[in-house]
Amino acid sequence: MTAATFTDTRGRTPVVRSRGHGANVLRRLLRNPVAMIAATIILLLVLMAIFAPWLMPADPYATSMLKRLKPIGTEGLPLGSDELGRDLLSRLMLGGRLSLFMGIAPVVMAFIIGGGIGILAGYAGGWLNTAIMRCIDVLYAFPSVLLAIALSGALGAGITNALVSLTVVFIPQIARIAESVTTQVRRSDYVDAARASGASSLLIIRKHVLGNVIGPIFVYATSLISVSMILASGLSFLGLGVKPPQPEWGLMLNTLRTAIYTQPWVAALPGLMIFITSVSFNMLADGLRSAMEVKQ
Amino acid sequence: MPDMQTAHSPMIRLHDLQVEFRVPGKRVQAVNGVNLEVGPGEVVALIGESGSGKSVTLRALMRLHPERTTHYAGTLEVAGRDVLKMGKRELAQLRGSSVAMIFQEPLLALDPVYTLGQQITEAIRQHAPVSRAEARARALRLFEKVRIPSPERRLDAYPHEMSGGMRQRAMIALALACEPQVLLADEPTTALDATVQIQILLLLRELQRELGLSIVFVTHDIGAAAEIADRMAVMYAGRIIEQGPAAELLTRPRHPYTRALLKSRSEGAMQKGRRLDTIQGAPPDLSRLPAGCAFAERCAFAAETCLGGQPEETRVGPEHSVRCWRLDELPAQGGPVQRAEPVNG
Repeated sequence: MTAATFTDTRGRTPVVRSRGHGANVLRRLLRNPVAMIAATIILLLVLMAIFAPWLMPADPYATSMLKRLKPIGTEGLPLGSDELGRDLLSRLMLGGRLSLFMGIAPVVMAFIIGGGIGILAGYAGGWLNTAIMRCIDVLYAFPSVLLAIALSGALGAGITNALVSLTVVFIPQIARIAESVTTQVRRSDYVDAARASGASSLLIIRKHVLGNVIGPIFVYATSLISVSMILASGLSFLGLGVKPPQPEWGLMLNTLRTAIYTQPWVAALPGLMIFITSVSFNMLADGLRSAMEVKQ
Repeated sequence: MPDMQTAHSPMIRLHDLQVEFRVPGKRVQAVNGVNLEVGPGEVVALIGESGSGKSVTLRALMRLHPERTTHYAGTLEVAGRDVLKMGKRELAQLRGSSVAMIFQEPLLALDPVYTLGQQITEAIRQHAPVSRAEARARALRLFEKVRIPSPERRLDAYPHEMSGGMRQRAMIALALACEPQVLLADEPTTALDATVQIQILLLLRELQRELGLSIVFVTHDIGAAAEIADRMAVMYAGRIIEQGPAAELLTRPRHPYTRALLKSRSEGAMQKGRRLDTIQGAPPDLSRLPAGCAFAERCAFAAETCLGGQPEETRVGPEHSVRCWRLDELPAQGGPVQRAEPVNG
């Protein structure tokens, strides 16, 4: 048992290859055609939303009594027009901004807050876990649609309030996932093994717990984006989210519902956009999940 | 027991060690007064069935049990230091650098999201102030030492990318990362198939000799224990009921439980149609231990005296001791213990 056993006798320094876990997941994800199609669609939607002001063929706020509710393919109105004669294509493009934002932002905030709460509860265990998780359960007991509507209603209409209420809706969901995954990891042999090699709690949380927990939480959060979009659309539909004349898919679906008998295809378009986006996010989440399944 | 002391002071000294788990409404006495000494460079096997307290004893050596619910009593010294009095920092210092552990299932004991190289490097850098490159160079030498083929490439492999035997070698490399003096092995060969088992045992033996390690080897496989151990200790219901030099214990077992355990192995001259001897019944509930000998209710030789209290440790050889009330009344040793039981033909 001497230090000499471990001294470098050949004096060579091995090359350190960086091939992280994240890179591996990405590589497997890139090989998954369904996930890649979904990712491409999401990328296109995001680009469309970002560059909408420059890409829009017409002014999305310009109303015209003459051009009300034109069908798809009308001259100058490729996707028809809404009940106030505004160009639907332009409105869908610009509306993507708010819709995507309302889909992603609450989930990101809930991911940070809920994930933190869940990991803390899961790692602490004992009475602290019980205290935190029972509080979370109180929020979790409400159906998410009801909770979102109630909170938005109480806070008042508006984008910020809708954002806050959606975040509150998602925190318990993400916290519960984070807690259960963390508890599982905390009881795992590799955390025991890390403790047996003298690792401090902080190091165990930072490396072993976070490393193993972030993946599943991230996957779950990704699948929540579509739910968030639909809930946000629902809030707008009820007049609790975005206010007219701002374009947003949920709100557009609401106002166009009166035209469902006269121009059903045009009226369905905002719904179609919501559908495509949420399906794409779900597919991507699915692909991420299988890409992260390292353990056979 | 002054003559049981080796020339050097022991690496591990347990005296009347008790480990109790306290959960609401229940007290589980997993370890009830274990006396054990392990000298430097000595390999001791702890043998027993599930729930006999062997793994609990092993984990207690590093105080790995949850602090809140576990209650220790007695003496627990590693390398002359009292583990039960250690603070958090001392404990972290002890773990890994003085005492290291290898686990039963390496696939579960290695973190799936990091490469083996990353995990070993992390362990090295926890205890030694070395650069990343230096730590990696050490990790590479460890991989060579445990004879992992193409070690450079394997350092960048994830646990799931390797075979069971290679994973256990990597686990051993990880345990040796900080040059410990004591290696605790918790059934390290149980999850492996037979041919790999023997390779791992030989490797452990070789490393033990080369590095002068003290090893505590927990197993229920007497064959594996015989392969590696200098001394053996048989545990039952949280006590060591017999301990002695491996060869002596295997050829001249004294305690009825040890004898029954040795007879219930399938190895040796098993004839077709002959029934495997088993020990009837199950070990006692650790939350309701009997006042007397815990094995009495399953013992073929139990008598009234056995139920009274705990048998004392009796010396039967220079390093051989047994806890049994009826030690002197048992059938003579040498010949196998016969039980009045018909043999099915």
